[in-house]
Amino acid sequence: MIKLPLLEIDSLAVDYQTGRGRVRAVDDVSFRLEKGETLGLAGESGSGKSTLGLSIMRLVPYPGVIVNGHIKIDETDIIKLPEHEMRSIRGGKVGYIFQDPMTSLNPVKKIGAHFVELIRTHEPTTSEKEALERAKTVLKNLGILPERINDYPHQFSGGMRQRIMIGLAIALNPSLVIADEPTTALDVIVQEKILELLESLRKIYGMALILISHDLSIILERCDRIIVMYAGHMAEYTTGAELHRAPKHPYTERLLRSIPNIELSDQKLSAIPGSPPNMLNPPEGCRFWPRCPYVMEICRLKVPPLIAAEPSHLVRCFLYGEKGAKIE
Amino acid sequence: MLRLSEIVKVENLRKYFPVQKSFLEQIFARRMRYVKAVDDVTFPIKKGEIFTLAGESGCGKTTTGRLVVRLLNPTSGKIYFNDLDITELQGEKLRLLRRKMQIIFQDPYASLNPRMRIGDAVGHPLEMHGLAKGEDKEKVVLDVLEKVGLTPPQQFINLHPHQLSGGQRQRAALARSIILQPEFIVADEPVSMIDVSLRTTIIDLMLGFRKELGLTYLFITHDLAVAKYISDRIAVMYLGKIIEIGSKERLFLKPMHPYTQALMSAIPVPDPKRKRKPIELKGEVPSAINIPSGCRFHPRCPDKKETCALKEPELVEIEKDHLVACHLD
Amino acid sequence: MSEVKIKRRIFPDFVLGFSSLTSKGPSGWMVILGLIIVLALVIMTAIGPWATPYDPIKSNVGPIRAPPSPQFPMGTNHLGQDMLSRTLVGGSIMLQVSALSVLVCFFIGVPLGLFSSYVGGFFDGALSLVIDAVYAFPGLVIAIAVAAVLGPGVVNMALSIAVVYVPSYFRIVRSQVLSIKELAYTEAARATGAKWYTIISRYIFPNVIPSIVVVITVNFADAVLTAAGLTFIGLGVTYDIPDWSWDLTNGWKYLSSRAWWIISFPGLMIILLALGFTLIGEGMSELLNPKLQR
Repeated sequence: MIKLPLLEIDSLAVDYQTGRGRVRAVDDVSFRLEKGETLGLAGESGSGKSTLGLSIMRLVPYPGVIVNGHIKIDETDIIKLPEHEMRSIRGGKVGYIFQDPMTSLNPVKKIGAHFVELIRTHEPTTSEKEALERAKTVLKNLGILPERINDYPHQFSGGMRQRIMIGLAIALNPSLVIADEPTTALDVIVQEKILELLESLRKIYGMALILISHDLSIILERCDRIIVMYAGHMAEYTTGAELHRAPKHPYTERLLRSIPNIELSDQKLSAIPGSPPNMLNPPEGCRFWPRCPYVMEICRLKVPPLIAAEPSHLVRCFLYGEKGAKIE
Repeated sequence: MLRLSEIVKVENLRKYFPVQKSFLEQIFARRMRYVKAVDDVTFPIKKGEIFTLAGESGCGKTTTGRLVVRLLNPTSGKIYFNDLDITELQGEKLRLLRRKMQIIFQDPYASLNPRMRIGDAVGHPLEMHGLAKGEDKEKVVLDVLEKVGLTPPQQFINLHPHQLSGGQRQRAALARSIILQPEFIVADEPVSMIDVSLRTTIIDLMLGFRKELGLTYLFITHDLAVAKYISDRIAVMYLGKIIEIGSKERLFLKPMHPYTQALMSAIPVPDPKRKRKPIELKGEVPSAINIPSGCRFHPRCPDKKETCALKEPELVEIEKDHLVACHLD
Repeated sequence: MSEVKIKRRIFPDFVLGFSSLTSKGPSGWMVILGLIIVLALVIMTAIGPWATPYDPIKSNVGPIRAPPSPQFPMGTNHLGQDMLSRTLVGGSIMLQVSALSVLVCFFIGVPLGLFSSYVGGFFDGALSLVIDAVYAFPGLVIAIAVAAVLGPGVVNMALSIAVVYVPSYFRIVRSQVLSIKELAYTEAARATGAKWYTIISRYIFPNVIPSIVVVITVNFADAVLTAAGLTFIGLGVTYDIPDWSWDLTNGWKYLSSRAWWIISFPGLMIILLALGFTLIGEGMSELLNPKLQR
C-alpha cells in the first residue's frame, strides 16, 4: 500500500517582480511531507523560507508570483485551483500562523468574532451559537479562559495573542499547519510555552507542521526533517538528527558552528565570512560560493544540482558526486 | 566607594516613568502612577570586563543601559565613572565625558542617519569634539572602517546606509562608537536583529576591540546563550530589579533564583537528541505599573513560600561572586 | 587613497536625484510634467513684457469686448485691452505672491516647528495649542480677515496667505521631529556629545525635508488660488497691473454678455499654474513615501 504524501512540492519557483528588477525568491524547491510529520524550514533573511510557506497557501503578496512547479495537497495541484476552491483550503485544510501576533488580529473585532467568521466561512451551515461554543472549546485547549471570548485583541498580551492565532489556525482541524516564525517576537519563556502548546495540539489532532524559523535551535529540537534554505535554494534536506550529526553543506556546517549552545562551556564559535547575497543580483553558480571555505572552480560557474548524498540526505553542493560520495 | 579596578558603578538606581494621562484624568486623578522601569539597581563593572545585563523584555535592562550613558536621567540613585559622580553632570563636562563612554543600538536600520554618508556618520564624532578635520579625519575614518571589516574602506566611505546590509550597518555603528577611543561601551542587543551567520563576526569584533583598545563593555541581551559565550559577569533582571548576579561560571553552573533557573531551562538547544526539561512558570510578566508585593516574582514562582508575598528579598552573597535576591530556606 | 575624495554633498545628490525621476514610474512623470508646466508659465511671465504684441495696460488698442480674431487671438476686454498681451504677463502678481508667501511660511513655520518639538515640554504644548487654533479656521476666512486689516498689495497678500499656511508647516515638521527624535541615530548623536544645534541641523532637519517639500508645493498651489480669491472679492491688487485674477474678476461680470474670452484665458492660466504645483506635490508625495518593498 503506497502511502500518499500529504504535501508534495515539485520544482517550485517564485519570483518577485520589483521596481528594481526580478528577484527569484524560491528556486527549484522539491520535497514531500507525510501526514503528521514536522518539517523545519531553516534559513536567514532572503533565504526564501517565508515565501515558500506563503506559496503553499497561495498567499504570496504582490508583486510575487509562482512561476514554475507544482504544489500538491492531497494529490490536488493547488496552483491551478480556482480562487474559491483555494479559499476553502486556506484555514480549512491548511492553517497558517503568522509571525507578528500584534498586528495579525483585527483590533476592532472580539476574539469570538474572529472564530465565528472563520468557522462560518468554511462551514456556512453552522449557527453563530454553535461556532461560539466551538471557539470556547478551542480557547480551553489553548489555556485561555473561555469567558474571554468577548474580549478584544488589545486586552491580551503578545503571548496570548499568539495562542489565539494558533487557535484560529487549528480550529477547523486542518491536516497541515504552517507556522511562520511563530515565536520571533516573543520572550524565551513564552516561546517555550507556545511551541509546547503547538506540539501537544499537533499530536492530539494528528496535524503535520511546517515550522519556519531563523532559529536553528528550535528547529533542531522540534522537527523530524529539516530543509536548510540559502538564497532561495534548498542547500540541504535531511532528518534533524542527521543534520546535527553530519551536516554536509558547508553553509549548514558553518552555521551550526556559529550558534552558541547554552549547555556547553568554552565554546569556540566560528563566523561565516561575507554576508547573504543581494537577491537582485545573486552570484553566478552556487549562491554560497563567495563565502564557502571549500569553493572550487566549478562552483562559480554552475548551480550544483540537488543530490542524494545518502538515501535520505539531499545536498546541493559540488563536493558531493553523483554517487553521493564526498569528493576529495 | 569605588575600588580601584571599577570603571563604572551604579548605586540604587531608579527610573520611574509617569504614566501618560489625558487632560481630564490629570484634573481628577488622585495620585500619579509610575512605570517603575528600573527599581533600585546596584552593580559595579570592573575595568576590562564584559558585564551582561540579561532578562526578558520589560525587565529594565535597556533603560539601565541608557541611564548609565546619561541618555536618560535617573529618578534617583547614583552613577559613577572612574571615581567621578556623573549623575548630575551637565554641559561641557558631560560632553567631555561622552568621549569616554559610547553606546551601540539594537536596530541597525535605525542607528545610522539615512541622510549621512557612512564616512560622515562615522567621522562626525571627531568633528563634534574638534579632534580632527578634513584629510586627518578621513585618515582616521578609513582606518577604523578597515578595523571593523568594511573593506575596501574607500568604497564604503561614500555609501549611504540604505546601500548597506544589516550586518554592514552594525559594523558601521561599531566603527562610529570606537572612533573616539572610548573606555566604556554599552552594547544594547547589538546582534539580535542581525542574521545568525553574521552574529559571531560582530561579537568577535567586539571581543577583539576589548583587547586592542582596552575597552569595557556593558552588554545587554535577552539571549542567555550569547550571554554565556561573551560575558565575564552576568546580572539577571526581572521587572526592574536584579534578582541574581555573579560570575558567568557560577551563574550557569548553579543558578539559584527560580526565575534564572526557569529562564535557562527554556532556552532551546541546537541538538535534537537533548531532551530539555523546561521549568513551567505560571502566568506572564506583570506590568511594571502594578508591581506585586514582596518579592515581585512570587505570583509565578514554583518555589513560593509565605514570606515571599510579604517581604522583598535583598541581594545576598550566597557564595563567592554570586548574589541572589530570594528567600531561600 | 588620495585619489578618492569624500564627495561634496548637496548639489551632486540633487542633480542625480533629478535625473533619476524618469525611472521612478508614474509618480516621477507627474513631477516632471508639473515642473514643465510651472517652468513654462514662469518663463512666459518673465519674457512676457518683451513678447507682447500690444501694451497690456493701454486701453482701446482695439474695439471693446471684441471676440478672438487674427489680430487679437484672445480677444479684447471691456477696456479695449488686448487679452493675449495681458495673459502673457498676467502671472507676475500671482507668482510673486505665492513665492513670497512660501518663503515667509518656510522661514517662520519650519524653525518654529523644529525648536518647539525638539524642546518639548510646556512651551511646545502651549505653542501647539495656539497653532492648532489658527489651523482650525478655514483658510480663506483668515486670509480675508488679515487682508482686510492690512490692505491691498503684493506683500500684504503674501502675508495673509502666510498666516494661513504657517500652521501646516509647523504641524508637519513637528510630527516628523517627534518621531525622528526617538530614533536610534539621533540618540547616538546625543550620546556622542553633539550640541543641540548640530543635532537639529544635521540629524533631524535633513530627514524632515522630504515632508516639507510636499507642503511647499501644496502651499504654492493653494496660494495661487487664494490670491485669486482675494482679488475676486476686492482685497487683492487694485491698481491696473495686468493680472489673471483681476481679469478673471472682471471677466465674470461680463459673462452674461457672452464675452467668454475675457474670463476663460486668465482662468485657464490660473488653473494650469495651480495644477502644475499640485502635480509636483502629488508626485513628490508618492515618491518620498515609498511603499514597503521586500
